[in-house]
This record gives sequence, C-alpha cells and structure tokens, in this order.
Amino acid sequence: MNAIQVILIVVVAFLAGMEGILDQWQFHQPLVACTLIGLVTGNLGLGVMLGGQLQMIALGWANIGAAVAPDAALAAIASAIILVKGGQGTAGIGTATGVAIPLAVAGLFLTMIVRTISTAIVHIMDAEAKKSNWRMINVWQWVAVALQGLRIAIPAAALLAIPSDTVKNALSSMPTWLNAGMTIGGGMVVAVGYAMVINMMASREVWPFFAIGFALAAIQNLTLIALGAIGLSLALMYLALESKGGNNGNSGNNSATGDPLGDVIDDY
Amino acid sequence: MADKKISLNKADRFSVMWHSQFLQGSWNYERMQNGGWAYTLIPALRKLYPDKADLSAALQRHLVFFNTHPYLASPIIGVTLALEEDRANGSKIDGTAIQGVKVGMMGPLAGVGDPVFWYTVRPIVGALGASMAINGNILGPILFFVIWNLIRIAFLWYTQEFGYRAGSAITKDMSGGLLQKVTRGASMMGMFVLGALIQRWVSIKFVPIVSKVQIQKGGYIDWNSLPSGAAGVKDALTQYNLGNGLALDKFKVTTLQNNLDSLIPGLAGLLLTFLCMWLLKKKVSPIWIIIGIFVVGIVFHLWNIL
Repeated sequence: MNAIQVILIVVVAFLAGMEGILDQWQFHQPLVACTLIGLVTGNLGLGVMLGGQLQMIALGWANIGAAVAPDAALAAIASAIILVKGGQGTAGIGTATGVAIPLAVAGLFLTMIVRTISTAIVHIMDAEAKKSNWRMINVWQWVAVALQGLRIAIPAAALLAIPSDTVKNALSSMPTWLNAGMTIGGGMVVAVGYAMVINMMASREVWPFFAIGFALAAIQNLTLIALGAIGLSLALMYLALESKGGNNGNSGNNSATGDPLGDVIDDY
Repeated sequence: MADKKISLNKADRFSVMWHSQFLQGSWNYERMQNGGWAYTLIPALRKLYPDKADLSAALQRHLVFFNTHPYLASPIIGVTLALEEDRANGSKIDGTAIQGVKVGMMGPLAGVGDPVFWYTVRPIVGALGASMAINGNILGPILFFVIWNLIRIAFLWYTQEFGYRAGSAITKDMSGGLLQKVTRGASMMGMFVLGALIQRWVSIKFVPIVSKVQIQKGGYIDWNSLPSGAAGVKDALTQYNLGNGLALDKFKVTTLQNNLDSLIPGLAGLLLTFLCMWLLKKKVSPIWIIIGIFVVGIVFHLWNIL
C-alpha cells in the first residue's frame, strides 16, 4: 500500500465516522464504506462483496431513542481493511464478517465517548451565543463533527500501521472450522437486524403483510423490485379500501401536501 | 413594518437546508441536537437579526434541548424560519411560542421518521443494493447511494419549504390524518418486505441426513453406459434435464433441510427471527444475541449439524 492509498483510506474512514452520527449521506453503511475501501485499495470487487454481506446484517441497525445499535461504521471500515490486508480474497469474507461484530461493539463505546465530549462543546457554544459570536458556534459544530470522524479515522490508521504479514499470519493461523463456522454464523446473524425492526413495527394490523411477503419470496422468479411493487400495492389498496369504508376519501391529498415521500411512493 | 421587512430568500433557505445535514454533529447527552439546531439556523438568524443583542438572544433561544429524527427536523425548521421571520419583522411572537411549536412537533415527527426511513426505506433500498453487491455487482452500492440521497435531499428541501409556507398552521396538519397514513402504509410495506427478506437472506442449512434411499434402476443416470467424451457429457445433461430428469446418484439423500423446506421454504430462518424477537423483548442486548449466533454457528458446524 502506498502513501496515497493510506491517506485515502483514512479519508474514507473519516467520512464514515462523520456519517455514523449525521446519518445523512450514508457513508457509514457497509455497502458504501466497504466499497470505497475496496476502491481506494484496488480491490473493488472484494469490497463490494463484503459490503453486501455486512449490509444484510446491518439492515436493521438504527439508533432509536435509548436503544443502542451496534456501530456499522467501525465494523465496515475495519473489517474491509482486514480483508484487504489479509489477502485471502473472497475466501476471507466469512472471517471478515465475524471480525466485524466485536468491532461494531467497540465503535459503540467510542461514540459514547465523543457524545460525552460534545456535552462540553455545547457549553462553549452557550458562551459564544452570549457574545453573539456565531462564527465560533459554527467552528465548534465542526469540531464536534470532526471528532466523530476521528473516532473511525484513528482506529483505521492504527490498523494500517500493523504490518500486512502480521494480519496475514493471524488470519491464516485460524483453523478452517472456525472460518467455516463464522461464515455460517454470518448467514444466520442477519435475523437479529430483522428482529429489531419487526419488534419496532409489528402490530396486529401489519402481520398479514409479513406472512404474504414471506410466502411469496419463496418464488425465486420474483425479484426484490417485484416484491416491493407487490408490497406497495397491497398497502395502497388496504389504505384506499379503508378510507372508502370510513367517512371521507383522503387518498387524493398526497401530492397536494408537497410531501415528497408520498410522491415518490406514488411514482414508484 | 412594510418599509423595513427582512425576508428569507430561497438562497437563505437552501443554506439552512444544507446546514441541517449537520444537525446531529454535536449530539450530546445533555441537550442532544441543540448545537446542531443552532448551527442549522445560523444563516437565517444572522440575516434576520442584524442587531448584536437580538442575535445573541436568538442563538441562546435555539440552544435549548432539541431532539427528533434528523430528516423530520426539516418541516420543523421550516416552521421555525417562518416564525422567526415574523418576529424579526415586529410581530408579537415570543420565544416561548416558538419553543412550544418546536417541542410540539418534534415528538410526533420522530415517531414518523423512524418507521418510514430507518425501518422501511433503508432496509428496502439497502437490501436491493446488498443483494446485487453480494455477487460483486458494483451497481449495488451505486444504486443504494443514489436512490437514498435523492429521496433524502428531496425530502429535506420540500418538507422544509412546506413548513416555511405553512407556518404554524402545519402543527395541526402534522398530527392529523395524512402523516398517520404514511406511517401506517410504510409499516405495512416494510413488514411485507421484511417477510420476503427473511425468506431470502437468513440462511440456515441443516446438513444431517434424514434418509438415504436407493433409487430404482432407470431412475438415475447410469454413468458407465454413457458414450465417452463430449457426447457423454451432453447425454448426461439431457438425462439430468436441469434436475427434472434422472437423478445424479444411485441414492436419494434427504437432509433435514429438505424436510423443513417441504413444509415452507425458509422456515428455519423464520423461527430464528422469532427467537431473536423474543430475546430482544426479554431485554437481551442485540450484541449478545449476535455473538451467541456466531458461537452457535461455529459449534454446530463442528458437530456437523450446520
């Protein structure tokens, strides 16, 4: 790995760390983060595959209220670096997935630390507000965001500092049964994310939709887009029929409210 | 009021929208999104309150506790912009009223944002991208990134504009029927897709062999009587007929997995998901469940069950 690659990896890690808290551009989602690491290290295909695998696991990970979800950013960045350095190619994906999980926990603690530091930062903002010094509030906001970026960039740099041979040896000393077992575990562990989402969304009203989706998915000819279209249609039909039975039709309102989500759904 | 009216033009509002992407940047345990909220409004407040004392008061007013879904903050920002603009132009809106609108909207809107964005749109777009990416298709991550950000930016901008135009009248509308409907519709579609995802992507393969039956002669390909060379390969493929013709082997092997799949394909994955749901409800940390599943995967593999 040359100097430019190292710098690019750290930049990608920094972006992922920022996004881990901002949750806007989604640079912290494994699908994007692993792909970018793959891209800058010249292992694009490998990064894409690991990203897809980890994304399936991380689908339901979201920070809601007091519930703490594992940290996707550190998991994605660090496991991608390990996968690239290990040099095992696609055979290493199972192990990299397994390694990602403890990293997701470690990332969680790092977030907590930064969030605590941010408490001090907003007190500085209070003081600047009293002086009506808006420029310094902007600066401190950026400091806080940068700290979140460093949260991932520093561990990434530390991983890069470990010689490739050490990583390779550590990975190749792992027995095959462990690797195979972790791959199997990786296939099952996606259930946890789905279970988290279902627990949040499930109500008596929506369970039939779940059952239909499960049964229909066994038909391999239906792609995810086709399944999405069926699910959307069912939901729209349900709501339309319901409002027909109710007092007044409300279905024509969607586009008039300027709610783009409604529009997107309409245009789907 | 008419002669010295300060209004926020489109560029100002766009700048606020851009800033709003950093809403969670200084998320802290004390007042959560307060720093990001003040940062978001700074482009507008600077213009509305040229007087230093007024600006200071406005900044302090907006550094109080705030927390909602990062995208659903946009309509609240829009409303706040409208209110602050009125106030700067001399209407009698006091700080408490603005505060009241913020607090009144943040709770219900957070309740909409989580199911719609984190539980429906992201899992669906993410699964779409991931299912392509697993096979090494670069289109997967690109699709995910483009679709997600188009939806997101359109949402941030249009809901902020909507809030700005509607002003405080929006508060009624927000708690009313439409949003409720969008949330419920999203949950239905989300659950449908989750059902499909569990069937497709939770992979459990039980390897223990339940039965091994010898197939009658003529039911399997007789490898010894095939012509040699490429003709033999062609013959075998014709007889096999993509699995619909003759069997490859003398024995019909039925694994535990075949038995489960004949009930309904994906049953094991479904049961595992239900188990996880139950554990989560019992307040078991998701991290322990994940570690547990890896341990089970390794141990069961050693025992030749998986």
